[in-house]
Amino acid sequence: MKIPSNITTLIAGIVLTLVSLWYGQNHNLLPEAVSEEAPLVDGLFNMMMTVATGLFLIVQCVLIYSLFKFRKRPNDPTDGPPIHGNVPLEILWTAIPAVIILIVGIYSFEVYNSMGGLDPMAAHGTMAHHSKMSGAAIAATLTDETDSPTTNNQLALGVGASPEEQGQNPDLNINVTGLQFAWIFNYPDSGVTAGELHVPVGREVKLNISANDVIHAFWVPQFRLKQDAIPGRETQLRFTPKIPGTYPVICAELCGSYHGAMKTQVIVETPEEFDTWMQSQIAANQENLNQAVAVNPANMSNSEFLTPYAQEMGINSDTLQQLHIH
Amino acid sequence: MTQLQVTDSANLGNTAETNTGGDWRKYFGFSTDHKVIGIQYLVTTFVFYLIGGALAAAVRTELATPDSDFVSRELYNSFFTIHATIMIFLWIVPAGTGGFGNYLIPLMIGAKDMAFPKLNAVAFWMIPPGGILLLSSFFVGAAGSGWTSYPPLSLINGQAGEFIWILSVLLLGTSSILGAVNFLVTLLKMRLPGMGLHQMPLFCWAMLSVSALVLVSTPVLAGALILLSFDLVAGTAFFNPTGGGDPVVYQHMFWFYSHPAVYIMILPMFGMISDILPVHARKPIFGYRAIAYSSLAISFLGLIVWAHHMFTSGTPAWLRMFFMIATMVIAIPTGIKVFSWLATIWGGKLDLNSAMLFGMGFVSMFVIGGLSGIMLASVPVDIHVHDTYFVVAHLHYVLFGGSVFGLYAGLYHWFPKMTGRMVNETWGRIHFALTLIGFNLCFLPMHKLGLEGMPRRVAEYDPKFAGLNLMATVGAYILAVSTIPFVINAVWSWMYGPKASANPWKALTLEWMTSSPPPVENFHEEPILWTGPYDYGIDFEEEGEEKSVEELLAEVKVDVG
Ligand SMILES: [Cu+2]
Ligand SMILES: [Cu+2]
Repeated sequence: MKIPSNITTLIAGIVLTLVSLWYGQNHNLLPEAVSEEAPLVDGLFNMMMTVATGLFLIVQCVLIYSLFKFRKRPNDPTDGPPIHGNVPLEILWTAIPAVIILIVGIYSFEVYNSMGGLDPMAAHGTMAHHSKMSGAAIAATLTDETDSPTTNNQLALGVGASPEEQGQNPDLNINVTGLQFAWIFNYPDSGVTAGELHVPVGREVKLNISANDVIHAFWVPQFRLKQDAIPGRETQLRFTPKIPGTYPVICAELCGSYHGAMKTQVIVETPEEFDTWMQSQIAANQENLNQAVAVNPANMSNSEFLTPYAQEMGINSDTLQQLHIH
Repeated sequence: MTQLQVTDSANLGNTAETNTGGDWRKYFGFSTDHKVIGIQYLVTTFVFYLIGGALAAAVRTELATPDSDFVSRELYNSFFTIHATIMIFLWIVPAGTGGFGNYLIPLMIGAKDMAFPKLNAVAFWMIPPGGILLLSSFFVGAAGSGWTSYPPLSLINGQAGEFIWILSVLLLGTSSILGAVNFLVTLLKMRLPGMGLHQMPLFCWAMLSVSALVLVSTPVLAGALILLSFDLVAGTAFFNPTGGGDPVVYQHMFWFYSHPAVYIMILPMFGMISDILPVHARKPIFGYRAIAYSSLAISFLGLIVWAHHMFTSGTPAWLRMFFMIATMVIAIPTGIKVFSWLATIWGGKLDLNSAMLFGMGFVSMFVIGGLSGIMLASVPVDIHVHDTYFVVAHLHYVLFGGSVFGLYAGLYHWFPKMTGRMVNETWGRIHFALTLIGFNLCFLPMHKLGLEGMPRRVAEYDPKFAGLNLMATVGAYILAVSTIPFVINAVWSWMYGPKASANPWKALTLEWMTSSPPPVENFHEEPILWTGPYDYGIDFEEEGEEKSVEELLAEVKVDVG
């Protein structure tokens, strides 16, 4: 086995390292990171990208080099050297991946923990999700939820509070419901229901996610957060938006023919803008309530909200009648 | 005179070259000859591959533009569902295990046939009905819930098509189990005297690992699908939340099979590559035992990582962490294989024929899928890219860049043995170049699409993704065109190609120690194991020159006896 001279190897190694380091930071593959947690994920991704680039280059360079250097010369009937293995070398290339995955594993664990993935009591506040949206219930919910035992799940299904915020209530609870083929956002503190997600910048938000019919998945690429909405189960995402703007909310789990059209947007805005929006929604909601005295306000506002979407998507009014938000 | 030329003639006897061509009708009937069955598998599954490829072309045509404007949304969902089902259950799994496993295992271990020839034929004859059943479901509205068929969607989305889909997959799964039993018994019981496990070619080690994996995991898929069919037609509620069932339980059962399925689809190719690279690099495989044991390790680890497909589903945090670490550990045995292949090539004398090009292409492309696989194993990153085009890119780098490149390498490598004819190498190289270009053009951009925010299984997408999607569609068309030179080359060469000698590549494994194609009983005389499978580079120039074959044989018989 011919190994190039030490100096060539050294230079190649340095170039390879530099290229990997550079590409790991400049791959330009990720969208904007707009939540407090997103840069953590990006740091992890960049690190893995650096390592991956290095390994990619090693393998491809060896292959391409061999393609030219070791091609069989015409009229050479002899075989290559009878090398069956090299134990130190084999130990080396078992150990290197082992060390790499150890580092990647620990780093991933750390990031996941900082995001709030390991929050053991993340099911706090599910009461709020179950509460009806009548004005009188709000106060009760707010006082109840601090210490109420959770209904069905003790472990976080989804991403909970980051370690600093564990045990504390989020600044804002929002119930997210996925249904064929729309997202509905309900603000239990004010009873507002909307088809777009509005969140105030810098405030910790908790989404209580559920589904009415089939499995959907709530995904905001700019938050680097995704969680399935599963019928019969409750899942959650907790995050703090950082940069104001409008970003897509995408359904990532196949949910039927219009799955690709199941989109809306999240609007991250200043607390003042958020309050203004909330007031206008409350006012609009009040009008709805006045118009439909005997009807469950939750169902009513959903249907009203959904009608324009439904027509676009070919859902008939029967389907809408069956909608039920718990 | 090298060692191989001696061995070449050693097992041939005088009756060589009497069995060329043969009766083509045997390929259309119930044959119990493992070689006929192997070829039946390969040809049948290749036809399904072309059908699955046509469906992929239709999917890419829909995605050429951001709007849903080519076929209806329902039909689009059926297209990608049936595309995946065909590629997995009717092409890669049966071609890699049923096709190459059947053809090669008895020859490689010096047996006359498989342990249970009739069972073998039965297993094959479940494939065509399974496939035809699946395709016929298009008449009633084929399944459109993805190949994962997650309830509750699969329970409410075109029940007739879904039911046919379940029946078809059950049939194909049963065929796979029957095949695995056969491989396992054959490999363990029917090896030539003197061939210990450590004298087996590495393909046999891979098939040993695969068969164990099939036997453990496939019954769980069958269980999941049977329960799903009860929910579907009998109104039970195993997985249906409206009756108190839990859809997440289905996901666990499904992935308990379907993650190992990835290794069922790649381990046979790992084995083939380990056998092809040394022959055309003229060098022994580097680290035989490491490669053999890493197959076993992958097979075992493959059983305990399934929930990495469920990181955004209803899985608690500790489960996510466990499956993240278990998944990352697979990188170690996989890395061992890749580095061993590189070391095998390094310093060799590479004959860059079509088989070798596809073999090296396999290593090159598979590595990309492996690296993105580590990224996907990391929970925080997976939460972002799960169910996006990043995953589509990853799985195609593993299953196309890996498995299909591996299948092509195997087809070119063993074509002379199977048909007794040589393929046209120029057209083979053109096929390789077109495949490599088309493949990367199609799937490389998908990494960026997924990271930027394009979910998978959508018929329409944000117009800002139009450029990269168009690129992918062009790549898919090149990929479609790339099969044309292969098909013409293979058919033409099978009929008119130059006659192949018994051992055109001067390989050392036993399948080359008999005529091309081999006689019904495989070897004209009792085969003799007289060299390790990878003992390249031992030159007999000096002592070997004067001795006659008989003298050498006598020596060997003493050694073996
Ligand atoms: Cu969806
Ligand atoms: Cu998997």
